[in-house]
Amino acid sequence: MSATQQAPDSILSDPIYKEILEQLRPHAGADSVFAPDTVITEDLGMDSLAIMDFLFDLEDALDLNIPEHRTAEVRTIRDLVAAIVLLQKES
Amino acid sequence: MAIFDKFQSLTESHDFLKSVGQSPSELQFDEILSPTEAILNGRRTILLGTNNYLGMTFDDACIEKGISALQEQGTGTTGSRIANGSYDGHKALENEIAEFYGMKNAMLFSTGYMANLGAIGTLAGRGDYLLIDADSHASIHDACKLSDAEVIRFRHNDPVNLARKLERLADKPGEKLVVIESIYSMLGDTSPLKEMIAVKKKYGAYLLIDEAHSLGVMGATGRGLCELAGVEDDVDFVTGTFSKSIGTIGGFLVSNVPGLDIVRLASRPYMFTASLPPSVVATAREALSHVPGATVLRAKLWDNATQLYAGLKTAGFDLGPEVSPIVAIRMQDAEKAVALWNGLLEAGVYTNLALPPATPSGWFLLRSSISAAHSSQQIALAVELCTRIGRELGLISCPAQSSAKVEMMNVGSPRKSSKPEAESVSKKDDAAAQA
Repeated sequence: MSATQQAPDSILSDPIYKEILEQLRPHAGADSVFAPDTVITEDLGMDSLAIMDFLFDLEDALDLNIPEHRTAEVRTIRDLVAAIVLLQKES
Repeated sequence: MAIFDKFQSLTESHDFLKSVGQSPSELQFDEILSPTEAILNGRRTILLGTNNYLGMTFDDACIEKGISALQEQGTGTTGSRIANGSYDGHKALENEIAEFYGMKNAMLFSTGYMANLGAIGTLAGRGDYLLIDADSHASIHDACKLSDAEVIRFRHNDPVNLARKLERLADKPGEKLVVIESIYSMLGDTSPLKEMIAVKKKYGAYLLIDEAHSLGVMGATGRGLCELAGVEDDVDFVTGTFSKSIGTIGGFLVSNVPGLDIVRLASRPYMFTASLPPSVVATAREALSHVPGATVLRAKLWDNATQLYAGLKTAGFDLGPEVSPIVAIRMQDAEKAVALWNGLLEAGVYTNLALPPATPSGWFLLRSSISAAHSSQQIALAVELCTRIGRELGLISCPAQSSAKVEMMNVGSPRKSSKPEAESVSKKDDAAAQA
């Protein structure tokens, strides 16, 4: 691999990342583009109610409780993946 | 002013409201005439948004008790009960509210907001879990911020979702406190209490219910949804307010759980706020004494609620899912919602305008609350004006739509049994909309 080539972002194949995208799609704006560093509120046009509904769906999909304060610092999809990984380890 | 920059979106919303009419937050009554009428901008106005469910604010006996207490004990306590001590009325009211609910212990707070803050924020601490409904009142969300417990939301009025969350916590140490409301303040929908209790019992959780909007309103003696549902022995904590059916201000927590008094020494909203003034305590005590026997008022309240709900539903408005003393018109268009609220004000009807994100599902709400003191003529006029303005705005079609059947709730204590068949409507559409 040359120095100018970047390694593929491993998060793209992470099953949690894929599940988050799956659950995000119905709640995000129609023209949304999803990437690891997509900012959930601003880039996807989601307000607080849409985010709450998305998190309910994600909890069901992952069979996991996501306490409120665990998402307080989450901005991007990558942040959310990290938060979920941590929660799964703890549960 | 940089310190206010973070409120830019709030400023824009407020400016929008002012540009098209009145701002709800700046509205000022010239004179209050009765529980149901005021002078606003020089116009006689029907009050249809004040939560004055039993019309207690002008009760002669309550006013007399308040005046006597003012004259005998002064205007205020000038500090908290922890710092300044209690007056005899504080303890008497605690005993009376405990007796009213058939509970062993009661605590007063200075407002209903602070009762939730002080109860919920203290009962659940570090290592515990708070499970709250997605449509919880702001006081419950703020209580969660005050608590060190982990906060987990469940879908609104969904015992299955609550059970799933508790199941995931089954092996976790720490107490689990489920917090619900009897009547939810925006849409007026009630909690499926029996189902919620079955879940909390299965998983060994505590249950706290906020009966703010049901005290005096539901149950044979006005104790609220728990009394109506016959589940009072299964509820661990009840909070409520004196600012609605009791017609004054103040909040309370009642419980049979032994050891409640220690909360007085741990609850910051109890410890660090001035206690209720003697006049307020006196009016609350008097009003509370009226509640068990106020069966005629409760029947009138529910008749009024049914009249308003049926009238608006028949006109074609999209309403909350059930008949309740809170009747909310749900709209998706902000400008039309604001125009309807302003149009009603100009026509002499005061209601509440509720905007996202404070509303469920992002609705724009025209929220009404009904009083037993309203006459059926006042309700009829409100329906007529709302229908006329709603048609002008294109919120409803013309002429009136359905005349199906209102499914009467089995609410309140002895109610008039006459079901308003002619003016009733179906809940089917609402159920679909809610889902």
